[in-house]
Amino acid sequence: MHPFAYVAPGTIDEAVAVLNEHGDRARPMAGGTDLIVKARANAWELDAVVDIKNIPELMSLSDNGDGLSIGAGVPCYQVYGNSDIAAGYPGIIDGASIIGGIQIQSRAGLGGNLCNAAPSADGICPLIVHSAVAKITNASGTREVAVEDFCTGPSQTVLNTGDLLVSIEVPKPAANSGAAYTRFTPRNEMDIAVAGVGVMVVLDSSGQNFESARIALSAVGPTPILASAAGDSLAGKPVNDETIAAAAALARDAASPITDMRGTVEQRKQLVEVLTGRMINKAVERARG
Amino acid sequence: MTTNSPSKVHVTTTINGQQHELLVPPYMSLLDTLRELIGLTGTKEGCLDGNCGACTVSLDGRIVDSCLVLGAEVDGKNVDTVEGMATPEGLHPLQQAFLEEAALQCGICTPGILVAAKGLLDNEPSPSEGRIRHWLAGNLCRCTGYDKIVRAVQKASS
Repeated sequence: MHPFAYVAPGTIDEAVAVLNEHGDRARPMAGGTDLIVKARANAWELDAVVDIKNIPELMSLSDNGDGLSIGAGVPCYQVYGNSDIAAGYPGIIDGASIIGGIQIQSRAGLGGNLCNAAPSADGICPLIVHSAVAKITNASGTREVAVEDFCTGPSQTVLNTGDLLVSIEVPKPAANSGAAYTRFTPRNEMDIAVAGVGVMVVLDSSGQNFESARIALSAVGPTPILASAAGDSLAGKPVNDETIAAAAALARDAASPITDMRGTVEQRKQLVEVLTGRMINKAVERARG
Repeated sequence: MTTNSPSKVHVTTTINGQQHELLVPPYMSLLDTLRELIGLTGTKEGCLDGNCGACTVSLDGRIVDSCLVLGAEVDGKNVDTVEGMATPEGLHPLQQAFLEEAALQCGICTPGILVAAKGLLDNEPSPSEGRIRHWLAGNLCRCTGYDKIVRAVQKASS
């Protein structure tokens, strides 16, 4: 491991100053479960690691009634251990509760999962279907980027030198809505998705028709994918096997997987279709309460 | 706050109830800090990437992989390792149950599994078998002794 300096500033301004000073040779660290692995493997040669866990804004988790604000450093166990989030955002918990095992969840969070930008990230698709936004700050100000636009390739994001992810802002879900996420893995825990699907549906007041839907796919492309055509196909349609199967087929079309040690192209496309159908049904079930 | 050279970090931490003051290289893991600076070699190195759980310790009451924590991060925090489980009066009930159930073969995963299982039983004294297996999913045993491990944890639970 290249010898790096350790700094643990208490403010965003100090953290941004250190990141700017070192350029791409400094990285913010939250749980460290990806950063330390990459530094140890010399995938990243760092001169400074900026521990962000002493910055209050990055460690806060709050629901102000208009939505949920998840600080960039909040670990997974705090997300799924929060009863308000469990009640209001179960789709986000579906993802946060399957990232690694208990040890990893003590440290790793959704902010780091997003910045690590793995195509297979279980935390990102639920945020995409919730229309979440990443709040990013740097020396010249703050900007917001939709989570579906955040990842630009494997381990690549819109973050530039000196940028710091502050929080993920999740708007309050509409009435009669529900969300769900699942993945396929050979092992129940401590595994990496062969394919994953997140779904958010908004139903009309009768609960019998879709008003809108968002569907996102993991591990079947260079980034998590928002399958817009699949989600949009449900708008205004009745909830039935036929409309759900049609959306699942469109989700399959939106997947562009590769064959690797975890699965083949054909298996992954098939998984996307099957899991999309299941997650639409689960989201509908949650929307109906 | 200087970042010009990776100078050592002054850390005051409580390990197994005892306060330690350390100068830690900023890139040294908590695992190496425990083993090399303090001489607590009960915590084992396995995969060094967060898959095996052999290095599990408790950090402020939450189990973590100490290979993925920096020693510099534990300033002001409580760290508990396998060395803190037994008392002069005897073994911890989990350690006693592991002996009675022969829940180990080579033993390298054992300290991490004991600390992880203690993290469960401290908060949930009577977990189901499924809950125990889920909780210990982040601990690998290369001798495939999982059934005996789960039975030992069940025996130690109330």
